[in-house]
Amino acid sequence: MLRFILTRVSLVIPTFIGITMLAFFLIRLVPGDPIETMAGERGIDATRHEMLRKELGLDQPLLVQYGIYIGRVLHGDLGKSIVTRESVISEFNALFPATIELALCAIFIALAIGLPAGIIAAVKRNSIFDHGVMGLSLTGYSMPIFWWGLLLILLFSVQLGITPVSGRIAVQYYIEPVTGFLTVDSLLAGDWDAFKSALSHLVLPSIVLGTVPLAVIARMTRSAMLEVLGEDYIRTARAKGMAPFRVVALHALRNALIPVITVIGLQVGVLFTGAILTETIFSWPGIGKWLIEAISRRDYPILQGGTLLIGVVVMSVNLFVDLLYGLINPRIRHAR
Amino acid sequence: MTAETLEAPSATAPAGAPPHPLREFWSYFSANRGAVAGLVVIVLVLLAAVFAEVLAPHSPYLTNNAVFLKPPAWQEGGSWSYPLGTDAIGRDILSRLLYGARLSLVIGIAVVALAMALGIVLGLVAGFFKGVTEIVIMRLMDIVLTMPSLLLAIVIVAILGPGLMNAMLAVAIVVLPHYVRITRAAVIAETSKDYVVAAKVSGAGTLRLMFSEVLPNCTAPLIVQATLGVSTAILDAAALGFLGLGAQPPTPEWGTMLADAREFVLRAWWVVTLPGLAILITVLAFNLLGDGLRDALDPKLKR
Amino acid sequence: MPLLEIENLSVEFPTSAGTLKAVDRISLTLDEGEILGVVGESGSGKSVTMLALMGLVAYPGKITADRLMFGGRDLLAMSDRERRKLTGKDVAMIFQEPSTSLNPCFTIGFQIAETLRKHEGMDGKAARRRAIELLEQVGIPAPESRMKAYPHQLSGGMNQRVMIAMAIACNPRLLIADEPTTALDVTIQAQILDLLISLQRERDMALVLITHNMGVVAETAQRIMVMYAGQIMEERNVASLFAAPQHPYSAALLAALPERSEGEHRLATIPGMVPGLHDRPKGCLFSPRCAYATDHSRLVQPELRPWQDGQIRCHYPLGDPQRDALRAAGGNRLAAPETTP
Repeated sequence: MLRFILTRVSLVIPTFIGITMLAFFLIRLVPGDPIETMAGERGIDATRHEMLRKELGLDQPLLVQYGIYIGRVLHGDLGKSIVTRESVISEFNALFPATIELALCAIFIALAIGLPAGIIAAVKRNSIFDHGVMGLSLTGYSMPIFWWGLLLILLFSVQLGITPVSGRIAVQYYIEPVTGFLTVDSLLAGDWDAFKSALSHLVLPSIVLGTVPLAVIARMTRSAMLEVLGEDYIRTARAKGMAPFRVVALHALRNALIPVITVIGLQVGVLFTGAILTETIFSWPGIGKWLIEAISRRDYPILQGGTLLIGVVVMSVNLFVDLLYGLINPRIRHAR
Repeated sequence: MTAETLEAPSATAPAGAPPHPLREFWSYFSANRGAVAGLVVIVLVLLAAVFAEVLAPHSPYLTNNAVFLKPPAWQEGGSWSYPLGTDAIGRDILSRLLYGARLSLVIGIAVVALAMALGIVLGLVAGFFKGVTEIVIMRLMDIVLTMPSLLLAIVIVAILGPGLMNAMLAVAIVVLPHYVRITRAAVIAETSKDYVVAAKVSGAGTLRLMFSEVLPNCTAPLIVQATLGVSTAILDAAALGFLGLGAQPPTPEWGTMLADAREFVLRAWWVVTLPGLAILITVLAFNLLGDGLRDALDPKLKR
Repeated sequence: MPLLEIENLSVEFPTSAGTLKAVDRISLTLDEGEILGVVGESGSGKSVTMLALMGLVAYPGKITADRLMFGGRDLLAMSDRERRKLTGKDVAMIFQEPSTSLNPCFTIGFQIAETLRKHEGMDGKAARRRAIELLEQVGIPAPESRMKAYPHQLSGGMNQRVMIAMAIACNPRLLIADEPTTALDVTIQAQILDLLISLQRERDMALVLITHNMGVVAETAQRIMVMYAGQIMEERNVASLFAAPQHPYSAALLAALPERSEGEHRLATIPGMVPGLHDRPKGCLFSPRCAYATDHSRLVQPELRPWQDGQIRCHYPLGDPQRDALRAAGGNRLAAPETTP
């Protein structure tokens, strides 16, 4: 088991180096002089230009520059925003909980609906329910979620007026951040109205963000269950006189979950992709919106640092899922 | 006479000649109603795209000061000269959607063609020249796969500058790893088979082996991936357009149209609903077709 | 009263190309403590018959029977819930592939204890104790430490022992073993068979041994049932069938045994294949491969009828004194029964 963990962790190192290289070299591709770009339209005089060049290490060879960059990254220094002069890390830390809260709610919705739907569809194969689930999930999978968000706003916020259009919480509430999750923090503060406000702001974005993972999980669960239900050990369980529910929910599901968990892990990337769009539509103050705004402000350090941080987050979650996979699959757990 | 009675039943059975592969494929494919529906929709979209000039009642760029945000014809205040209504600056939505179909199909096909061409070459190279070349290529692809696809596309566009061409290039780079992986996996699976070994022994060069022996044997998964890839490309390009990083106004690209329409969500449902519906239907059609092709081409599922 | 009574049991599967008759009007009785060998080629319906008896034929499969009694209880009239109280307890089954028949995600201890908890109402501790006993009985060394093992950590033979332990956990009155040794090494095969037979003797349970190995049947079973294309061809006492097979198919199977081919250079084979969905003959299902087929037997299917010490489905049993006359009347176009040149 230890060996399994070590191999998996060591496999991550080249990916990490790759992500840093991506973040480093992509920014170099920006046309024009980086300092002039940073200075913006006001321009910069020659001596200060030279000073900045030295300060930023831009007079060094590219590989040395990359080395310096890696060193800084490993010390947690990802540079400062050109616009706000705040460090990239602290801005990221301030906004990341909002994205996590949204993503967790989205994946919760996706699992709560997708798993049972996939299981029932597999058990009642070729029934109307099965066809319905498959049709809906393919539609969800094909959904342009930026449009889906607008559509939900049109229906629930504009026509029915039951959910707010944007933001995380109504403006009159101020909640001291503890966990950074407004729903949790408002409960910790004992402010029931603030909690309700935060929750109502969370509903639509979570549905929008959860749609694609929901579709993928339902489809994957169904196909994994179908495969497992045809296995010999399912026949054995039935030959032991086990009730159909126990056969499906224990004997089959336990095995089907192994590939499904991998797929859930892969949804992390999809969630970030979706978060960029969802946060833009709902003005959700998370890192997706932060990055899009950084682009329109040409705030390259944020773009560079944000890309790196998201890359590392996705990589870590993938690693975690990989390890979890080993934990629930005895064949891997006991492999030597 | 003895032989007759002892003949194997399988031989006496009325066993017709095996059906032509294409015919067999069609019988599997046409049994899948979803896939056929997808194909029909794609053909319709294709026709709309090809005959946009003929079908569109107006120019997609023509603004008309007299008809800002006119509702669709069947609603009160609508008129049949603008069947699906007009947008905020009086352009005909139907015409823009028709020209948008042309744009979306071109985007989807161009992106997939680019990614596939590059992916096949990289995959063949990685599969045939093992060692460092393979490791470098596959590691690069892993990194591309690790990054959330839209984020990577956004970063690329942010650096290259917004615009349809750059957006297409970005999306092509993002979907590249799938084609590389499929081709490489096929190469590795095929090169161990006897007929490739035979070709090698008989003196076929590596290049010849690559393109004439191995490539035809991984077309099935590539066709499926390409079909599904068109839908991804359309969706991602529309998302970039929506974020203001893809096609720029006044281009009648569906995602860009949605971005323009956002602020009118409270007043005019049609400017928001229709372009998105067009994206959804087209993407769904390609996904249905892709699924159907996979089922029809995948021998494992045949019974 | 016999332990098991089956009358005209059929199992059909609808397929896109038509209805597949996997089991066709099987009738059979089995007494307590009896060993029945079921032989036949793959696809002859041996396994499906027994799965139907266990209530394990999955959804599109359709089971019909005139009578299906076990221990005096009518299986056809039972609710699914009542039936499940019987399966795994009074009737147990083990399968061909021990390694895939055990759930890879659970320890073998859990899988054995699960049966005990369900049917014997044992608590976790008692079930564990009993499971260790059972593992010991089926000859698994160090049973206590094996309780925590997963199926992939054990060999195929060990896994089959675990399957047997699981099957006998609730002292079944009937154990069905579906080719229990086919997937195992030759040396292990004999051990597993010996284990099954000794368990059967100790507990006086009935045993149905499905196999395509006639030799195994000769050594272990009291009665033998020969199946072909979903039908019973011949069902009789082992000794008498081996001494004088009555159905041409049984005779051909025996002739194909290596130990019977004295002095001959090549093993006898049965030409042709088991009929499939589309080439099912109109008359006797074996007629296309039968050396004694007549126009009559090609057109009219023989009924299953009592014959000697058992039953047979044949127009012209080999021991029938009027055989030649009947065949001649049946429009025999053949001069002599010969094998392929």
